Amino acid sequence: MTGFLETQAIEKRWGHGVTVGPITLDIASGEILALLGPSGSGKTTMLRLLAGFETADGGRIAVAGEDVTTVPPARRRFGMVFQHYALFPHLDVGENVGFGLQGRGKGDEGRAKQQISEALALVDLAGFERRKVHELSGGQQQRVALARALAPEPRVLLLDEPLSNLDPALRERTRRELRDVIKRVGITSVFVTHEQDEAFDLGDRIAVLNNGRLEQTGAPDDLYEHPANLFVATFVGRANVFRGAAARALGSAAGNGVLVVRPERLRFADAGLPGIVRERRYTGVAAFFLVEGDDHQRFEVLAEPDAAQVGQRVYVEATRVIAL
Amino acid sequence: MIGRLRNTDLAAVALTLLLAWLVVYPILVVGADAADGTAVRAFVTRPGEWAALWASVWISLVSVILAAAIGIPLAFLFEWFDFPGRKTLGALIALPVVLPPLVGVIAFLFLYGESGFIARAIQAALHLQNAPWRLQGAVAILLVHAYSMYVYFYLFTRAGLAKLDVSMLEAAQALGADRRATLWRVIVPLLRPSLVGAAMLTFMTALGSFSAPYIFGGGFRVMTTQIVATKLNGDLPLAMVETVALALVAVLGLVILRRTEGDDILVALGKGIAPRPRPIRRASVRRLTTALGWGFAVLLLLPHLTLLLVSLVPYGAWTTEILPPVLNFENYRRLFSEAERLRPMVNSLWMAAVSTAIAVALALGAGWLVVRRRVAWRRVIEGLLALPWALPGTVFAIALAITFSVHAPLQLRFVLVGTAVILPLAYLVRALPLTGRGILASYRQLDPSLEEAAASLGAGRWRTLARVTLPQLRPGLAAGASLAFVAALGDIVASIVLYTYETRPVSIEILSSLRLSETGVAAAFGVVLMLVSAIVLGVGARR
Repeated sequence: MTGFLETQAIEKRWGHGVTVGPITLDIASGEILALLGPSGSGKTTMLRLLAGFETADGGRIAVAGEDVTTVPPARRRFGMVFQHYALFPHLDVGENVGFGLQGRGKGDEGRAKQQISEALALVDLAGFERRKVHELSGGQQQRVALARALAPEPRVLLLDEPLSNLDPALRERTRRELRDVIKRVGITSVFVTHEQDEAFDLGDRIAVLNNGRLEQTGAPDDLYEHPANLFVATFVGRANVFRGAAARALGSAAGNGVLVVRPERLRFADAGLPGIVRERRYTGVAAFFLVEGDDHQRFEVLAEPDAAQVGQRVYVEATRVIAL
Repeated sequence: MIGRLRNTDLAAVALTLLLAWLVVYPILVVGADAADGTAVRAFVTRPGEWAALWASVWISLVSVILAAAIGIPLAFLFEWFDFPGRKTLGALIALPVVLPPLVGVIAFLFLYGESGFIARAIQAALHLQNAPWRLQGAVAILLVHAYSMYVYFYLFTRAGLAKLDVSMLEAAQALGADRRATLWRVIVPLLRPSLVGAAMLTFMTALGSFSAPYIFGGGFRVMTTQIVATKLNGDLPLAMVETVALALVAVLGLVILRRTEGDDILVALGKGIAPRPRPIRRASVRRLTTALGWGFAVLLLLPHLTLLLVSLVPYGAWTTEILPPVLNFENYRRLFSEAERLRPMVNSLWMAAVSTAIAVALALGAGWLVVRRRVAWRRVIEGLLALPWALPGTVFAIALAITFSVHAPLQLRFVLVGTAVILPLAYLVRALPLTGRGILASYRQLDPSLEEAAASLGAGRWRTLARVTLPQLRPGLAAGASLAFVAALGDIVASIVLYTYETRPVSIEILSSLRLSETGVAAAFGVVLMLVSAIVLGVGARR
């Protein structure tokens, strides 16, 4: 193992036979890893194992070569941004951000003050020290939570669905800002999300989890173009799944394999897989055409808005297929 | 990690055993000792015993009816109609609930008693030879109960009304229901949980009530006064049988009332906006309502004002006049300058403080184990904390008196009666439901990620407790602690059974002052109790 943060066959067994893991991850220094998966996939458990809020039933966690598997959260020096931020309502913004700076003995008051204002400046909230947390907007609260987690200079930053509490318009902008801050600090980060867009936009690499197991780890393009299995193929991005005759019509070599084709990799042609356009969903730049094949299986084609009409009989061919 | 888990279990076992020793064990000891043939036979064959038991039951039931008859209309008046002074009065008339019962009882005595203001005024006006009435017996007890316990119905009904969804009332109207139909088919069923809750609280309070029957009862005995009288006569076995009988009635009452409580679903559905108070349009009705509201408030606060007035009358200065001829602070001066008078004050304060502090600590431990650690038998811990609420105070007083007057360390029984430990212990038992409910409710609302956030920022267990958990629990903790403190400060039920001359609390001193006809001093004690209680509760309720 060569990573900065490593988990080796880490495992958590809940009652009722539910198990998360064993999961082995290897995260490089300064890398942002996204844990992506549907609800119940174990991604939050994984994050809480890293933070130390859950105790592992097997495997080990190491950071910079130090085994931290049994180190309690308070001494692990991992920063965490909580889903609902968990800002202390009885403390003001400055006291929240300074919370992790006290009780360490060394460093005088002035030094802590300096660190607080630096942390707030980092998230673009300079001068907010005396504000009450409930007076802040959702986006500002999120940034205070980030500043608070970063202020004690942790070794690893963990984020639990950091953007899920923001409204959609704000989410996309905040995503880039969040990435900028993390990259500027250069801290190794792991965050949990159930949204593919967020994982792609924010993460350097993505670990896809399903049913407590790690399905695949890779860069966004990797997952999209070379999914390891059907789950990853269908969970990451839109995908049409073809089997049997339909698969053969689209050029499956083997004949009985499963073929996955992205909607943008299908196009209308003069020959190929026949079908009838059942629906057209216009998105502006393009349109999704829902086509029903002769075997009554439906699939999506992304094409020019005027490429076909509802009710029209069409032939579809694939420009690129993923054979599984 | 396994070591830490074991520590949690160990702590849970220790807390459970301690609570069981405090609240269950004494009851079991009394139950076992009461299984004594002669005493049981004596209890069964004496008509006085049955009369007292029956008196307890019917007095409690009638108290519920009277309290409901006053409290429910009052709640509708203040919740649904708007008139000048609504908010201030609405808060003021809830006041009696938080003041020590004994204070209310002696205030009532000074106002409506045979030598109280009203009786004097009527006597003078009609030139009567004697006082126009004697405030004694069942009627007097019921008056005091109705006067002090309507507050439960008032508060519960107001809370229930505030939770009503206005769109539900509108839906009923849209479906063709008139006002009467809306009231009976929608509002009353929705209020049922609140009303049953108030009925339970009133029944339990009336059943356990001691001050009113003790002071106004005369020859009329209810079970609480009967038990104390038997104990004072030295017939311990009979007192134990009586105690068990009272406890059984209490449990039976609770079980029957619980049955009628209904589902919580009714309440859980209502998530809308409460109906806004309606301004009254017709001037005559508005004037009437306003007068009614103010009239009630004055009527309800009058006894406490009387207490204040009586406390300013020096000893022997007021004989036959309608109004006291001399007013000064002599009684208060005596209260604070005479060591023997100051002593009960100091006793009550320290005993209340110690018992409250321990009750808070135990409730905090329970909150952590029950809510955070979710130990397997958390229901048992919760039940133990709540149990003292379900039984009259006299039951616990007798149980503690019996259990802790024997030296048997192997049975975990020690001689504590007669020492300074027993009263704080008794107060502690009574305080557990109050601090327990406040702290557990706050703990449940506390987002666990706050404590995790503190841990992830490097805070250890104690720093997290001090800087995050306690500040967040403060509202529930302060409310529970202040109620517990005030209850201990004004306690008479346990005190009268367990006090010694050295440890006598304020309530006992008030009783002995009354017996010596030092009404001024008794009233001054009452006023001080009232003030301290009000201040403590005010601080406790601050957000």
